Amino acid sequence: MATVKEGLYYSESHEYVKVEGNYGFIGITDYAQHALGNVVYVDMPDVDDEVTAGEEFGAVESVKAASDLYSPVSGTVVEVNEALEDTPELINKDAFENWIIKVELSDKSELDALMDAKAYEAFCENA
Amino acid sequence: MNNRLYGNLIFELSQEGRSGYSLPKNQFGSYSVPAQLRRKEDAALPECDEMTVVRHYTNLSANNFGVDNGFYPLGSCTMKYNPKINEEVAALPQFAGLHPLQPAETVQGAEEVCQQLCKSLCELTGLYAFTLKPFAGAHGELTGLMVIKKYHESRGDEARKKVIVPDSAHGTNPASAAVCGLEIIEVKSDARGLVDLVDLERLVELEGDSIAAMMMTNPNTLGLFEKQIPEIEKLVHAAGGLMYYDGANLNPMLGAARPGDMGFDVMHINLHKTFSTPHGGGGPGAGPVGVRKGLEPFFPEVSPYHGNFAVAMRALAYIRSLGRENIKLVGPLATLNANYIKESLKDVYELPIDGLCKHEFVFDGLKDKSTGVTTMDVAKRLLDYGYHAPTIYFPLLFHESLMIEPTENESKETIDGFIGVMRKIAEEAKVNPDEVKSAPHLTPIGRVDDVLAAKHPVVTYRQLLAEV
Repeated sequence: MATVKEGLYYSESHEYVKVEGNYGFIGITDYAQHALGNVVYVDMPDVDDEVTAGEEFGAVESVKAASDLYSPVSGTVVEVNEALEDTPELINKDAFENWIIKVELSDKSELDALMDAKAYEAFCENA
Repeated sequence: MNNRLYGNLIFELSQEGRSGYSLPKNQFGSYSVPAQLRRKEDAALPECDEMTVVRHYTNLSANNFGVDNGFYPLGSCTMKYNPKINEEVAALPQFAGLHPLQPAETVQGAEEVCQQLCKSLCELTGLYAFTLKPFAGAHGELTGLMVIKKYHESRGDEARKKVIVPDSAHGTNPASAAVCGLEIIEVKSDARGLVDLVDLERLVELEGDSIAAMMMTNPNTLGLFEKQIPEIEKLVHAAGGLMYYDGANLNPMLGAARPGDMGFDVMHINLHKTFSTPHGGGGPGAGPVGVRKGLEPFFPEVSPYHGNFAVAMRALAYIRSLGRENIKLVGPLATLNANYIKESLKDVYELPIDGLCKHEFVFDGLKDKSTGVTTMDVAKRLLDYGYHAPTIYFPLLFHESLMIEPTENESKETIDGFIGVMRKIAEEAKVNPDEVKSAPHLTPIGRVDDVLAAKHPVVTYRQLLAEV
């Protein structure tokens, strides 16, 4: 049912990071959007805010529940996906295409602690 | 269930200049209100005659559903029947007519009610003293945490700012801790749905001197009895923290075990759950807080007088009408009813954690997931059959949580009727899934657009007018 995309890094709390150069695009996985159901609100940080690996940076609210977002990596927010302010349901349409924040990574070695697509797929199956 | 829609707003019935009252002549002579305090325009109140008002609210009330209408298995809420004798007692004019500022010698009866209730709650919980001041469960949590904070401060141990909360806890636990100025650390659940002792040991090792308390709900929000209380209590106490018992799920413990005997230091009780007083929205709540000996000097003044006194009266009426022997049956019967439903349905609904439960349990949706029928659909379909829906999508540990709590009050016939309908819905999901997915069909209002409601709530008449 839920898809997993190759080439991304995944956290146990179901966020992904898509790395391009020194930047990381962070969003929630397809598995997470399936589990949450219809997303009605995304609470995002401001540009220039610092995020820390493993710590909260916002929240996603669906008709079922409000869930905190945990950043898989540390860095500075350089962009937020403003389209989600009015159309949060984009996350349900394509969670991997509709990232939530773009972060300038402060420590790329943190990526080593995350799962690859294969490991994440296995993680979801056992969840 | 009433299936006729009555959907008017009182504002829509308003006719300019219509009134249903006449004020007496001004008996006070002239008086003047300072100019800056005077209204600039008339209040936008509806103008209706008395009969219109009476019919309006009577018809609205017919769209309501309560435990007096039918079965209400709302997990985690203990929607037990509120015996009518409670209301009779609370309405006695000798109590209902009291003013809180009356001279003390004229309210000795009311004082006695408060003392008797505190004494009964001490006996039922194994604690030493209770305060009736908190107005609700979450207010009780805050009060209890204030006691804990003051206790640590009184010993000069001010670094204790962290509260351990299980990941299965009610959302109010971390919220109350945060309001009290404390930090939250979360302990994981293990595969059995209980507090993960290994994770707790790690946290206690890591945080040691900064631990103020651990908050626990027992049985927990999955309806499971936390079997490792002695180990948990030793760990937390050895680290210098106190044990807080969230009384939200106290009902199945009546007659089985007492928090005080389990090593808890502080607890709150939701009188509107375990002691049959009306639930929030239906009446003011009450969240008495109990402590072990030595902590009672730290009770804070969280409300004037005795909290919601009339709620305390109802709780005492309940305890007294059951009596010492019968009240011991509450927990075992609530537990029996829940287990009977669970065992009768677990072949068609997914039971993620097998074994005995206490007063409630959680299914993770239908067993057969291929139909695409979700927990939301099952809940909506139950309305068509005249049942209140169970709690859904809580706890968050499962994707399709459906949480059922029958309470001790229901007859076997009522419970069998519910089981039959739940099985029927599971069958419908296979043979006619669209019927279930588009439910409810027989209620005054069909399937509501909950996404639109969450994204664009219209909650006032003025807002509605602006939209049209």
